[in-house]
Amino acid sequence: MLAFLVKRLLNSAAVMLAVAFLAFIIFRFVGDPVELMLNEQASQAQRDELRVRLGLDKGFLLQFATFVFNALRGDFGISYRNQQEVFTLIVERFPATFELVLVATFLSLAVGVPLGVYSAIRRNSFGAQAIQFISVLGVSLPSFALGILFILLFSVTLQWLPAFGRGETVALGWWSTGLLTSSGRRALILPGLTLSLFQITLVMRLVRAEMLETMRTEFIRFARARGLPDHSIHFRHALRNCLMPVITVTGLQIGNLIAFALVTETVFQWPGMGLLFVQAVTFVDIPVMAAYLIIVSFIFVTLNTIVDLTYALVDPRLRQEAVTGGGHGG
Amino acid sequence: MAASDSAFARLLASDLGYNFRRSPVAMSSLALLVVLMLSAFLAPLISPQDPHDLKQLFIDKAELPPIWAKDGEWPFLLGTDPQGRDVLSAILYGTRISLIIGLAAVAVSMTVGVTIGLMAGFFGGWIDNLLMRIGDTVLSIPTLLVAILVSAIFRGLLPPAMRDPFAAFILVLAIALTGWVQYARTVRASTMVERRKEYVLAARIIGVPTGRVLRKHILPNTLTPVMVAATLNLGLAILSEATLSFLGVGMPITQPSLGTLIRIGNQYLFSGSWWLVVFPALHLGLIVLSVNLLGDWLRDALNPKLR
Repeated sequence: MLAFLVKRLLNSAAVMLAVAFLAFIIFRFVGDPVELMLNEQASQAQRDELRVRLGLDKGFLLQFATFVFNALRGDFGISYRNQQEVFTLIVERFPATFELVLVATFLSLAVGVPLGVYSAIRRNSFGAQAIQFISVLGVSLPSFALGILFILLFSVTLQWLPAFGRGETVALGWWSTGLLTSSGRRALILPGLTLSLFQITLVMRLVRAEMLETMRTEFIRFARARGLPDHSIHFRHALRNCLMPVITVTGLQIGNLIAFALVTETVFQWPGMGLLFVQAVTFVDIPVMAAYLIIVSFIFVTLNTIVDLTYALVDPRLRQEAVTGGGHGG
Repeated sequence: MAASDSAFARLLASDLGYNFRRSPVAMSSLALLVVLMLSAFLAPLISPQDPHDLKQLFIDKAELPPIWAKDGEWPFLLGTDPQGRDVLSAILYGTRISLIIGLAAVAVSMTVGVTIGLMAGFFGGWIDNLLMRIGDTVLSIPTLLVAILVSAIFRGLLPPAMRDPFAAFILVLAIALTGWVQYARTVRASTMVERRKEYVLAARIIGVPTGRVLRKHILPNTLTPVMVAATLNLGLAILSEATLSFLGVGMPITQPSLGTLIRIGNQYLFSGSWWLVVFPALHLGLIVLSVNLLGDWLRDALNPKLR
């Protein structure tokens, strides 16, 4: 187990190093940082001074090492656009993204699991067929288009829900939450729904496939032979055996949701990390781009590692095999 | 695999062809896809105006609603935008751009992925290890993020005047760079199985060069899952292109794809001109839906377990 643990952790560290290298290359070579940070009237002496201060006169490897150590301390430099510390900027925006992802995850389980169970139990019924068809429909419409259509329907036409922003937020220490005010909760509905729709179809399909598999097993037949009522067989026996993969996939998808939240945040002008990143891309604000890449990849890789390790803890067979990482994208 | 009459007749008579003729979903989604593709590629012939030609815009007919609404006017079936551009024409031209980028991205990522998969599976050892670790690393960053970054990097490297002409190439590259891993993994897995079989051994013993063994003997036997993945990935590639263009790192306003059209239409969301965003969005959904339905059918039809 220890060998597996070490190997898996080294693997993750290598991936993070590769990501940091990519971020460093972007930071160092896409445009000259000195030109981007100073205005055009700066003298040659000022330029040279900044070059030395940023350490850009040092060797390539030493620069990379400095970059990594600074990143480990949470120092990602100063944003070119609004001259603030990048790390503070991102930390300020983190609660908004986190709450959005949390709501989307909750919705995907609360809606996806019952729909999956239903379409597995009544798999030839009209309702189940309709659910299957709607799920293909939901995957085919990109989330940003869906978000815009939601705004058009619920905000512009019906005027039920706000179309942008977080509503009122309450500060709890450094964390700002929208969950405690009614305008904050109302503002969460449309973005949360938009972000979760793809996830709902994913959970639903997974639960359906797992349920169909479980319903064929011996212990379900035995439960039937014991004369247990249907709902007890479906929910207490079959569903429980399907939950492990559902929880795993949900955990793994949180990383993807954080990344995908940037699209939802752009549609709803939601003040999270993703919107910050999209704005940084438009203004070529490279420190923010590099920092966002590192932080999101870190969350992603950490979740992957935790899931792999938990699996190895539960299933000893996996400790022998080499680990193949990553889920499916999109 | 020549597209001759006999090959077509063989395809129709095959198991797959039989399955196709029995599936109304597959037939209607293929028909829909063919109509959408033809209308896009024949856009210059069938659309009422050339939306890129400023001389053909009707400034006095700006922001007309669709034809069935109160102020709608012929020939602007789906209305016009604030510059007097026909929405239907813009959609048909935009679809052409979206489809070309999607098809090119799938072609590039499939070629790269299949080549890498063949090499990794056939040679094994450190080549396999290196290529697959690169693949793992690509997959350990969310795909959308990779695509945005790649396109942002290339845009940063190119001088501003060069960005727009190369926008389509950058998009193809950004989407393909994340897509190849899936092909590489499936091809690698089947190559590892195939290379131990006797026909491969026989070919190598009679002295067929390695490259030819890979291309002519192993490759055809690994392609079934690749075809399924390619179909489903076409839908994903079109969606990725639209998403990137919507975020402003894709096609410029001068050559709008469907995603760019939705981005532009989004600015008029609160002014009541709903047709500027709804029709491009629905058209995009229709394309991806037909591709996805076809891909789902192909996956089930080629899966012997489901018989």
